[in-house]
Amino acid sequence: MFLNGNPQLNKNGELHHLLSMEGLPAEILKQILDTAQSFVGVTQREVKKVPLLRGKAIFNLFFEPSTRTRTTFEIAAKRLSADVINLAVNVSSQTKGESVLDTVANLSAMQADMFIVRHGESGAPHLIARHVGADIHVINAGDGRHAHPTQGLLDMFTVRHYKQDFTRLRVAIIGDILHSRVARSQIHALTTLGVPEVRVIGPKTLLPSNVDNLGVHVYHDMAKGLKDVDVIMMLRLQNERMQGSFLPSAQEFFKFYGLTAEKLALAKPDAIVLHPGPMNRGVEIDSDVADGSQSVILPQVTFGIAIRMAVMSILAGN
Amino acid sequence: MTKPTLPDAEHLLTELASQMRPHVTAQTGLIGIVTGGAWLAERLHRELKLKVPHGSLDVSFYRDDFQRKGLKHKVAPSAIPFEIEGCDLILVDDVLHTGRTIRAAMNELFDYGRPARIRLASLIDRGGRELPIAAQFVGTNLDVPAQFSIDLEKTEAGKLHLVLQTKN
Repeated sequence: MFLNGNPQLNKNGELHHLLSMEGLPAEILKQILDTAQSFVGVTQREVKKVPLLRGKAIFNLFFEPSTRTRTTFEIAAKRLSADVINLAVNVSSQTKGESVLDTVANLSAMQADMFIVRHGESGAPHLIARHVGADIHVINAGDGRHAHPTQGLLDMFTVRHYKQDFTRLRVAIIGDILHSRVARSQIHALTTLGVPEVRVIGPKTLLPSNVDNLGVHVYHDMAKGLKDVDVIMMLRLQNERMQGSFLPSAQEFFKFYGLTAEKLALAKPDAIVLHPGPMNRGVEIDSDVADGSQSVILPQVTFGIAIRMAVMSILAGN
Repeated sequence: MTKPTLPDAEHLLTELASQMRPHVTAQTGLIGIVTGGAWLAERLHRELKLKVPHGSLDVSFYRDDFQRKGLKHKVAPSAIPFEIEGCDLILVDDVLHTGRTIRAAMNELFDYGRPARIRLASLIDRGGRELPIAAQFVGTNLDVPAQFSIDLEKTEAGKLHLVLQTKN
């Protein structure tokens, strides 16, 4: 049933699962952004709900803890009138030794229509997508270092909201690119949507060795990398990376790569600052910037609901 | 089967406006269904010199054929720039056929509030109703064979005209 071996598309080339930004045509990304735009209107009404997915059962299947992503998926599903079931699998069956596929098979037997999957291992949502029934849809809500496509999409929505045209932008992604599934989804989405210059800025230890193969420009120095950029995408520095050989200390990282008002001033005066959350204030971003006038971090969260409504309704309709 | 000839949309619009004129007040709100109905609502609003700003609805999220057809077309945001609670509304669409679009539109409207009354204006009524819905204002009644659909189009100069398409 898969087109050209792309497990995300059905035989008509329509989106069947959302697993990664990689390999998706610009038309599908634009369809999601446009549909999300209409859902922004719905979320501003008195009744913030449409009947589109009435009677559908959507399982939030989180093998790794998450608050914001799980909550926004839950809100999105509820605003589409679906029934949402939240499962924190790491504290139930997995500890009893059940395999991922057994868990999914059991939930499928409970008449699931859609799985939202967060997993610490890269590729877990792909594995699940290959084994579910043909009428079940899978959305990757973040897997290992691989992909976080709805985060990538909500970032694209935010950029388009403030900057309109992707084809004139210079975008910098800053921080721990090596471990970041968000960065990979952002890079694929930005290049697919026609952004001419995507930069990644970070220390050598936190950049994948062949990152320039993704079509990005590599910088190790904030002063050079931030010059003339329109959009700054900060990444979360995960605490567990701060020991060992990756980084000397959080203070050291902040000194060189933390986004402060002085460093932000090197970008274009109307540059916007994004962050996928949760933020480490004083590590990758200074509070003055996080709460400042160029920050669009809270609008990102709001747009994230509309994006997830768009993805779920497009999948359910295909 | 012979293709039916279509009437002039601009002429029908004038006809529709003159039917509506005695029945609207300064408090009447017009809401057009995207896309054809929204163009008509904009024109009728000007023609009837209404005070309340006109709104538009894209009913894609409320359609009853979502299960079969999905979200294929680009969905336009609905925009209702006035409070519909207690309002006297007229829904405007280009072609009234099965009535299912109007059902979806009414469902969506009630998520914005409770209007005092909803009436329906349609440029063309081609019959074939599948739901108990009737229009109070109709530009013309037209018998069109089932394999055709009628679309309203707008030229760059803003003139409206009707086109006949074979359903696929």
